[in-house]
Amino acid sequence: MSASIEMPVLKDMFDENGLARDAHSADVQPIYLDYSATTPVDPRVAAKMIPYISEHFGNPASRSHPYGWTAEKAVENAREEVAKLVGADPREIVWTSGATESNNLAIKGAANFYSEKGKHIITITTEHKAVIDPVRELERQGFTATYLDPEPNGLIDLEKFKAAIRPDTVLASVMFVNNEIGVIQDITAIGNICRENGIIFHVDAAQATGKVEIDLEKLPVDLMSFCAHKTYGPKGIGALYVRRKPRIRIEAQMHGGGHERGMRSGTLATHQIVGMGEAFKLAREEMVLENSRIRKLRDKLLHGLETMEEVYVNGDLEHRVPHNLNISFNYVEGESLIMAVKGIAVSSGSACTSASLEPSYVLRALGRSDELAHSSIRFSIGRFTTEEDIDYTINLMKSKIDKLRELSPLWEMFKDGIDLSKVQWAAH
Amino acid sequence: MAYSDKVLDHYENPRNVGTLDKNDPNVGTGMVGAPACGDVMKLMIKVNDAGIIEDAKFKTYGCGSAIASSSLVTEWLKGKTIDEAYAIKNSAIAEELALPPVKIHCSVLAEDAIKAAVADIKAKQLAKVSA
Repeated sequence: MSASIEMPVLKDMFDENGLARDAHSADVQPIYLDYSATTPVDPRVAAKMIPYISEHFGNPASRSHPYGWTAEKAVENAREEVAKLVGADPREIVWTSGATESNNLAIKGAANFYSEKGKHIITITTEHKAVIDPVRELERQGFTATYLDPEPNGLIDLEKFKAAIRPDTVLASVMFVNNEIGVIQDITAIGNICRENGIIFHVDAAQATGKVEIDLEKLPVDLMSFCAHKTYGPKGIGALYVRRKPRIRIEAQMHGGGHERGMRSGTLATHQIVGMGEAFKLAREEMVLENSRIRKLRDKLLHGLETMEEVYVNGDLEHRVPHNLNISFNYVEGESLIMAVKGIAVSSGSACTSASLEPSYVLRALGRSDELAHSSIRFSIGRFTTEEDIDYTINLMKSKIDKLRELSPLWEMFKDGIDLSKVQWAAH
Repeated sequence: MAYSDKVLDHYENPRNVGTLDKNDPNVGTGMVGAPACGDVMKLMIKVNDAGIIEDAKFKTYGCGSAIASSSLVTEWLKGKTIDEAYAIKNSAIAEELALPPVKIHCSVLAEDAIKAAVADIKAKQLAKVSA
């Protein structure tokens, strides 16, 4: 990446002694380590988008004048760029509003179209809610579903996947890269099993673009969901890949002017589409270099945090994108942990706005205890993360974990050699 | 979660963190809560022969409100008789810290911890008398 691009925030994170400064006050922005939630729009992407908000405002569906032609050309260029990143034909790319819509269109669209063939769906308990909930909706409409638990490392056991297949299985949906723990499923192997059994295979690749190589010419995948805002493009735009050979049919979920070959009606958001195209072009050109830089940062973070006792990495470390590190810190409570690390913007496995404790369902599916699931933090690293950010984060985590453990009766008991699983707790 | 300044202050600068000698006959210990519920409080009080609480220490595994509630009660307990301590109500803790409704259970836990520590010291005193 070019050195002239800088994250437009994050200054003065260290005091004059080089110590990490707390970011409780509003004047200091926390360091952004939540790239799996969303990424900032790359300034190069934003620059490409702006003319399509103002002077090139035409409707790409207007065939009778240059305003429309200009917009249409931009849309088709972007479609080519999206297709190029994932090894698809541009005619296989359908614009949507984002990965949630793509998942809904793929899952409900394919299940509805092929429901005569069977009404059983297979998916995974660690999928994003944008896959789980459409499948639940189909169950309400009379389909049945199997939700497979992954192994403790987050990956699917292929034999268990095979065993879940029934004669009436019509569709399977497995995410490429998990949003919480970053593990990469073996899409080729799962896709081959689906092919052998005549099952339509959908893959949610929202977290995968620009992070892993995707070649749909070779991958045995029928439908694949994408979005722009996890790959330095704007929010509100996504795409669904719909295979042409062998041809996969889906029932439209949005009816209107018959845009996108009738699969998704609605006037195309030219500026958003241009942004997604540019973002995916940059991803294609820069991902190899960028990923090796990010891997170094992630490994530095991991090694820095691993010097502490009782920390557990969630999810397989080998089959994993370099951008993600999800770690549980034992004997500290989740919400106090989040309060302690306000100097960094991260996600936690704990729902701290609620009175009831709802630990991450993904970590629970890996077999983690409620306590460890609660005290987990997802660090996700990206294009604008610097080595200084990682140094700051390591120092911050060490000092805050030390402080919270100093406060923790559980830590004290652990240090005294008491087996906490044998303690009779006075429940309240 | 919007916490009051008082909660944040106790969370940032907890008072009286630590432990007392649990084998000391003048020290009472109360441990309440469970890890699976998300909070465990350990409260220790040292009572002199006149029945006055001379010292109080705590350790808490829990959210910011739980830490603040236990830190606050260690301040309140010092100088009180054990009967006065026993009479502390969770509503007073919740009011002082302006706890939001979803965090009221933290103040309940702090009250429980006081009662457990007082019960422990009373049991110890009883054992001393009968010995």
